[in-house]
Amino acid sequence: MTDTPAPRRIPDRLDKPFTSAVFSWEALLAAVAVAIFIANSLASPYFLDPWSLSDLTFNFTEKAIVAFAMALLIIAGEIDLSVAAIIALASTLMGMAAQVGVGTAGLVAIGIAIGLACGAFNGLLVTRLGLPSIVVTIGTMTLYRGIAFIILGDQAYKGYPASFAFFGQGYVWWVVSFELLLFVFAAVAYWALLHRTSFGRRVFAIGNNPVAAQFSGVRVGRIKFILFCLTGLMSGIAAVLITSRLGSTRPSIAQGYELEIITMVVLGGVNILGGAGSILGVVLAALIMGLVTFGLGLLNVPGIVMSIFVGLLLIVVIALPIVWRRMRRERVA
Amino acid sequence: MKMLLRYREAWLLLAIAVVVGLISTRFPAFARPGNLAQVFNDTSILMILALGQMVVILTRGIDLSMASNLCFTGMVVAMLNAAHPGIPVVILILIALAVGLVLGAINGLLVWRLNIPSIVVTLGTLTIYRGATFVLSGGAWVNADKMSPAFIGFQRAAFLGVPVLSWIAIGVIALFFVLMTRTPLGRSVHAAGVNPTAAVYTGIDVGRTQFLAFCISGMIAGLCGYLWVSRYVIASVEVASGYELNIIAACVIGGISIAGGIGSVGGAVLGALFLGIIANALPVINISPFWQMAISGSAIILAVVLNARGERRQGRIILKKAEAT
Repeated sequence: MTDTPAPRRIPDRLDKPFTSAVFSWEALLAAVAVAIFIANSLASPYFLDPWSLSDLTFNFTEKAIVAFAMALLIIAGEIDLSVAAIIALASTLMGMAAQVGVGTAGLVAIGIAIGLACGAFNGLLVTRLGLPSIVVTIGTMTLYRGIAFIILGDQAYKGYPASFAFFGQGYVWWVVSFELLLFVFAAVAYWALLHRTSFGRRVFAIGNNPVAAQFSGVRVGRIKFILFCLTGLMSGIAAVLITSRLGSTRPSIAQGYELEIITMVVLGGVNILGGAGSILGVVLAALIMGLVTFGLGLLNVPGIVMSIFVGLLLIVVIALPIVWRRMRRERVA
Repeated sequence: MKMLLRYREAWLLLAIAVVVGLISTRFPAFARPGNLAQVFNDTSILMILALGQMVVILTRGIDLSMASNLCFTGMVVAMLNAAHPGIPVVILILIALAVGLVLGAINGLLVWRLNIPSIVVTLGTLTIYRGATFVLSGGAWVNADKMSPAFIGFQRAAFLGVPVLSWIAIGVIALFFVLMTRTPLGRSVHAAGVNPTAAVYTGIDVGRTQFLAFCISGMIAGLCGYLWVSRYVIASVEVASGYELNIIAACVIGGISIAGGIGSVGGAVLGALFLGIIANALPVINISPFWQMAISGSAIILAVVLNARGERRQGRIILKKAEAT
């Protein structure tokens, strides 16, 4: 085989019918999810219980809600590493407001507004000044969490209103939590946005070839700006959920979530270089990550060891199709 | 082009001088050579790590796993030291380099052979290496009382009045300077980042160059594993948690373009020093250390804005030079 050290491929994904490629990826993810589900139910007698399964969903809903918006952003060829820092800053400012007696509705509004503002700031830096998003958001992630540290130091905010606990701890019906309902709603909304609107088409177009997209009349900068705002908005919503669930805020809240969220997106089949991906894939990836961590948790495996599985899963799931394709190509040749 | 690079570093140097100058107007002790040498020593590990990261970024890659690699390697040498205090420190450093090299090579092979984007690979190994540290240690810490005096004392020993740690940093800086400006590998690293397609046509194996870059960053992380653990006299799973982004921040402030191909040893060193000076200055001027993060964040954003302008200008200069020759 002439293994020429080709430069990093520009993924245009035109060699295959797009839908069939996506289908096979999601089929693989679904198979993995089912396998882990069966393994879990065999490994632990406590797994197949409605309340266990309901608890399981808390493992991924908050991160997945951000992952949907992040998926769109990554498909458009950008990335936002500051999401966890936005959660921390929004949560800190909500805590500050709660101290002076702002009610539940006000707190939610503050959380969402801060998220949106942070996302808009990222978007402005990237689209107006034409800066690479990966470094911009490394900067803003340090800045946002830094502000949270300035405000809170080593203290913590507690004393949220009792009704505020509903968002992260409340149940809508039987075992269906508010978080789960919101997750389903967000999944459907983002699926529709990405796969059923012209906005979604444009997102794919930008990711595949921003210059060509621009020449076809797509307002690349504006759409990217909207995507950064959406990611910030979802981070703000996630901040409401997490703060409500924990009932307290420290500046180190949601530390490291950005990498887990990106892992979720990439595991879901979204091309890290942009241009390809689906919301269904991200939903399945979220389920897989929730199943792995919860199942191992039932078996008393420490969290840090679970992270090995998540890391391995990420690399193996991405490497497998590449190896498989290469082997098939060699057989043909 | 070289003049322009010097120009960028001159700006950074100026920024550092201004910060030091401003602080010394209120606290003259800060600018004393003794204190500045102390700051240099404090920043040594970050400088060394930034140099390793720089090589990877130059080839259009990114290594998010350096801090986890450092954590794992630090645990390996600390446990070895605790179990067999008789092993000389030099051997332990060689072991640290070797372990780091292996972890870096795993990253490199995945990027080179399987063509997986480096950000995905190292995102995975970031969690795997840190998890492996937990498995290796069983979650236990290696404390000061379990480390041998030689293990802790080696980098603190003074040679010509300067701690060995600083000498190691100076040595690594010199080594990288020679590597990047005087060897074919340094040239290929730059070429692979500036224009991979052109690099292939000139006979440079871009994939192999990326692999070697990851080997270098891995070895560097391994070396710093020993340095970190013996400096802070603790090896645990939490060592250097989240530090990977500090390393990248140092590179970004140092003017290394995340798009690859642009950057210099001097830039990486000065970028790290800038962060180090801020970290050391805040307690002196009596600002809560909690401000440090926000200040570094602002510095990164500012640096990115300036870099973007610098890169555009440089592009024009290259064209003019090409016309002239």
